[in-house]
Amino acid sequence: MKILVCISKTPDTTSKIAFKNDHTQFDDAGVQWIINPYDEWFALVRAIELKEKDPATIIHLVTVGGADCDPIIRKALALGGDEAFRINADSNDSYYIAVQIAALAKQNQYDLILTGKEAIDYNSAAIGGMIAELVDFPYISLATLFELNGNTASVTREIEGGEEVAEVLLPLVVSCQKGIAEQRIPNMRGIMAARTKPLKVVEPEIIDTLTSIVNFELPAPKAGCKMVAADNVPELIRLLHEEAKAF
Amino acid sequence: MSVLIVVDQSENHIKKSAYEILSYGSKLAAQIGTSAEALVLGTVQDDLSTLGKYGVSKVHQVNNEILNHVDGQLYAKTIAAVVAQNNATVIVFSQTHTGKSVASRVAARLKAGFVAGAASLPDTSNGFVVRKTVFSGKAFANISILSPIKVIALNPNSFSVVTTEGTAAVNQLNVAVENSKIKITAVNKITGEIPLTEADIVVSGGRGLKGPENWGVLLDLAKVLGAGTACSRPVGDAHWRPHHEHVGQTGVQVAPNLYIALGISGAIQHLAGVNRSKIMVVINKDPEAPFFKAADYGIVGDLFEIVPQMTAEIKKIKGIA
Ligand SMILES: Cc1cc2nc3c(=O)[nH]c(=O)nc-3n(C[C@H](O)[C@H](O)[C@H](O)COP(=O)(O)OP(=O)(O)OC[C@H]3O[C@@H](n4cnc5c(N)ncnc54)[C@H](O)[C@@H]3O)c2cc1C
Ligand SMILES: Nc1ncnc2c1ncn2[C@@H]1O[C@H](COP(=O)(O)O)[C@@H](O)[C@H]1O
Repeated sequence: MKILVCISKTPDTTSKIAFKNDHTQFDDAGVQWIINPYDEWFALVRAIELKEKDPATIIHLVTVGGADCDPIIRKALALGGDEAFRINADSNDSYYIAVQIAALAKQNQYDLILTGKEAIDYNSAAIGGMIAELVDFPYISLATLFELNGNTASVTREIEGGEEVAEVLLPLVVSCQKGIAEQRIPNMRGIMAARTKPLKVVEPEIIDTLTSIVNFELPAPKAGCKMVAADNVPELIRLLHEEAKAF
Repeated sequence: MSVLIVVDQSENHIKKSAYEILSYGSKLAAQIGTSAEALVLGTVQDDLSTLGKYGVSKVHQVNNEILNHVDGQLYAKTIAAVVAQNNATVIVFSQTHTGKSVASRVAARLKAGFVAGAASLPDTSNGFVVRKTVFSGKAFANISILSPIKVIALNPNSFSVVTTEGTAAVNQLNVAVENSKIKITAVNKITGEIPLTEADIVVSGGRGLKGPENWGVLLDLAKVLGAGTACSRPVGDAHWRPHHEHVGQTGVQVAPNLYIALGISGAIQHLAGVNRSKIMVVINKDPEAPFFKAADYGIVGDLFEIVPQMTAEIKKIKGIA
């Protein structure tokens, strides 16, 4: 069993969101970078759990990004995983990123490719489906449970208003979210071991990006919160009904 | 050239999210001087010609049962075949669960630039620039799509449904569909509840409710409002409420017209899942709770005293005994 886990680098969830250079670039001054929470807590940890059950499992990690991603991918290796690839390219275009990961996937013949449900910076939830299309695998998005039985995966995924359980033969791409794995923190042994694990830097395929960011905008500031006194609940309801027309 | 709007169906009925993207796609088609056409996959009982009301001139249908189940692999092949037949240049989806498993595959298959989570109509005055939400609703990015074919997935609840007079011509398409590699063994719909992602109003509770036995006040309020119910993460983690109710960065993202937060502090990770709501109301006994900074209306006070009064007051307005 060979698993590829896709790891992306995102600003910490509490980061102040600001832009620079005429709002054309994200301002990363003072920003802490983390492994995208969905990738770490759900995709990577589920892969590690699968390896704990079947030690013959091989876990590869991949990130598409510049050298500034190295600390992130090292941290992911410290959690678990055997070998990491960094595809040396900096891009925000989902198609560009997916093509790079798909090229690695074709070379290494993975049985299972796991991504997070979405990256918390650009919130596209796109890479998993794109990789699946490029390698022509089935794709299950928003998985909340994942079990393996030989070559068959049993996956529960969220659908509108409920959930759906499916059986699929590997190979397969799955995007992972809450429920699929138990959270864990890297321990000292893992951190030491990660130092000697291979992190291979691969040059990207040369292709055009299909989108580019023109600029960013911050939402107009809220007018402020209209406060109503605790002994005047009818006034709150009147405002919601008549002013906000909220019900 | 045309704008093709891929309409989502469930259990043989067109979904509510579809009307929004039909309106959006039709408006876009008018803006770039082309026709808007809808695509329905699977068998549907609704009268498809009525989709003309939302501005499309034609509705294509691939009337094949296999497609009643959303499998991105089959959908992408089918949609790509329809795009080729109709020379569609812009393909519009809703960024719902279905959109998330299909739109990106379609984009990759067609080598089309993709913007997921679009927030408004593209600016086509100079190129094709789509505004989308980023950083979990904390900002917007304007993204230029550079490829000839473009795929957009619109955030639910971000465009007003517009209706006109008009019926659409329904066109049955003959597209071969293979069998799905995904075998569905069970579908568990949450019954009796309003699905969170479709709710116009959401009432949400946090640790301030103190325990699962206290949820009655919240449920009463939700009931008079016809609202969906949600909770903060610690509430879900403690199993006070089912985990599918947990909203936020790591839970469900919602964008209702009205979000009422009861006993929730308003941590940044919570706000990340709810701050696309149009109106936010906060009831919290701590005047320093960060949620007040993000809210539109608020009361500082004890939710156990305030919420029953809210429910009673709404009943009065709605004329419910
Ligand atoms: C990486 C990461 C991801 C996270 N993801 C999420 C997420 O997706 N969703 C999420 O919700 N959280 C998330 N969290 C947790 C988040 O940071 C907060 O800890 C959490 O939202 C707090 O929940 P709460 O507001 O219910 O509880 P608390 O912070 O304990 O707040 C309870 C509030 O209730 C008020 N209160 C108490 N009694 C009353 C009363 N009688 N009447 C009125 N008000 C009262 C208090 O004043 C207080 O403001 C995440 C955290 C991290 C680090
Ligand atoms: N640059 C990247 N390198 C590797 N994996 C990525 C990258 N960007 C996104 N992913 C993966 O794709 C998932 C969905 O990301 P997105 O489509 O950008 O929302 C993430 O949770 C990651 O698992």
